[in-house]
Amino acid sequence: MSNVFILVDLQGDAVSKTTAELATAGARMGDVTALIVATPGKSGAIVSALTGPISSVISIESEDLATHGVPAYADLISQIVTEKKPAALLIASHAFGKEIAARVAIATDSGIITDAVDVAADGTATQLVFGGSTTVHSKISHGVSIMTIRANTIEANNAPASPTVENVSKSVSDGAKKATITSSKPFVKGGRPELTEANIVVSGGRGTNGDFAAVEGLADALGAAVGASRAATDAGWYPHTHQVGQTGKTVSPQLYVACGISGAIQHRAGMQTSKTIVVVNKDAEAPIFDIADFGVIGDLFAVLPKATEGVIARKS
Amino acid sequence: MINGTLDREGVDAVLNDLDEYAVEEALRIAETHGGNEDGSANSVTIISMGPERATEAIRKALSMGANDAILISDSALAGADAITTSAILAKVIETGGFDLVLCGTESTDARMSVVPAMISARLGWAQLTFAGSVVVNPGASTVAITRVTDAGVDSMGASFPAVLSVIEKINEPRYPSFKGIMASKKKTIDVRDCASIGISLQGAWSLVADSAPRPARAAGIKVTDSGDGGKELVDFLAGKKLI
Repeated sequence: MSNVFILVDLQGDAVSKTTAELATAGARMGDVTALIVATPGKSGAIVSALTGPISSVISIESEDLATHGVPAYADLISQIVTEKKPAALLIASHAFGKEIAARVAIATDSGIITDAVDVAADGTATQLVFGGSTTVHSKISHGVSIMTIRANTIEANNAPASPTVENVSKSVSDGAKKATITSSKPFVKGGRPELTEANIVVSGGRGTNGDFAAVEGLADALGAAVGASRAATDAGWYPHTHQVGQTGKTVSPQLYVACGISGAIQHRAGMQTSKTIVVVNKDAEAPIFDIADFGVIGDLFAVLPKATEGVIARKS
Repeated sequence: MINGTLDREGVDAVLNDLDEYAVEEALRIAETHGGNEDGSANSVTIISMGPERATEAIRKALSMGANDAILISDSALAGADAITTSAILAKVIETGGFDLVLCGTESTDARMSVVPAMISARLGWAQLTFAGSVVVNPGASTVAITRVTDAGVDSMGASFPAVLSVIEKINEPRYPSFKGIMASKKKTIDVRDCASIGISLQGAWSLVADSAPRPARAAGIKVTDSGDGGKELVDFLAGKKLI
């Protein structure tokens, strides 16, 4: 059986929920080894937080990671991949993950597929391209199959993991230390789930007129993340980190609730793979209704508070 | 479909929105620092890879103020993947004597935001990507950026040479002036093929097996709120077992 590496996905020092999704995808192809690359003293807690079908762990710690970032991570991973020759390497598909995948692909002479939404046992990846309008199946034909997988697209097997752990000592090559990080400010996570990982996303657009209270109210009742259209983020109503769309995040939650969003193609490209789409908009002609499973033509300031009340009532 | 690649012929060759930010930032850097110590002016070269019709996009960058351009155009490059694209661009950059390379973060036609990192890895240059601001110190031959990603904001810096990518919030790209448009007509676009840059293609390392349009989503139930739209919404969610 072939050996598949996954890169343990971290948010700060915590294991993200995407990690078990990567393990689940990897287990379709072979035995999963989880690669932990972390700053000194962190890997113990990471190992105990792992879930999913993981047979073994390789852990590398280095103090150069915090000061040299992506190239340092990629350098250590390339060294271990060159040594252990896994059939595949799966990484979470965010900016950091994709840049690591890119550098490891160059260092190990391997092909790369980014933004996969599914992976089959034979290593065939599914991607959605041209704004989610086209499904593509492709496969890597050279070197290690390096694939980045979008959060929330694979149903995770969260069974407890009891992997064997191998601590490996490697040092970052000088060539990966050309840029230096002088200070680092992680975004402070609010109480809400991370946008790309959330099972439910409630988004607001131009129709909010800058007042996101009703959108946030429904999001909190549903335990959802809050998203925003480009119109709303460009107006400064909501932080750009919450923008859903072609130039923002791509989300595919179980439920996407679009409130006061007209549904420009730019926005649709970032959310049309959501399993269920619900729309609240007072413009009956808004194109977003064309892709809605359920649409309410109405004022979001009237509809959302009632919906929020209804959700809370059902939960209690 | 052509040879296991996606046919992008249907996509217009416009200067990619995201690359306009890179062009603008490069022009600002060149303008801010006026001239080199040896008296020669800073210059901005546009490097692009694509079919001949990509010259329209390059003309726009030249009319914004870039000095000259190199276009790598070769029928063998149709549908090139990021591995090939980065190999070609790195080869051209390597021989150009540049201090800094600025890229957009993501092309709008193929969502593959990995090319800048690949170019940096191939050249062994510093990687300063997802820049939300750039400060260049030509005297010290250094460049500093703030890196803005989902994870947070980092301040980082490096000595020349470096590969940068810029995010779209970094600046407001200028519109070409009439003067700029006229001047661009006299600027040269150096069109090269793979043989002339001395690279032989290895073929793509990821092959497309098939592609198909996704079935369009059909519109579902639509109700007009007359006081109980919120309740109907909740009933729908409950019916779908979403709450």
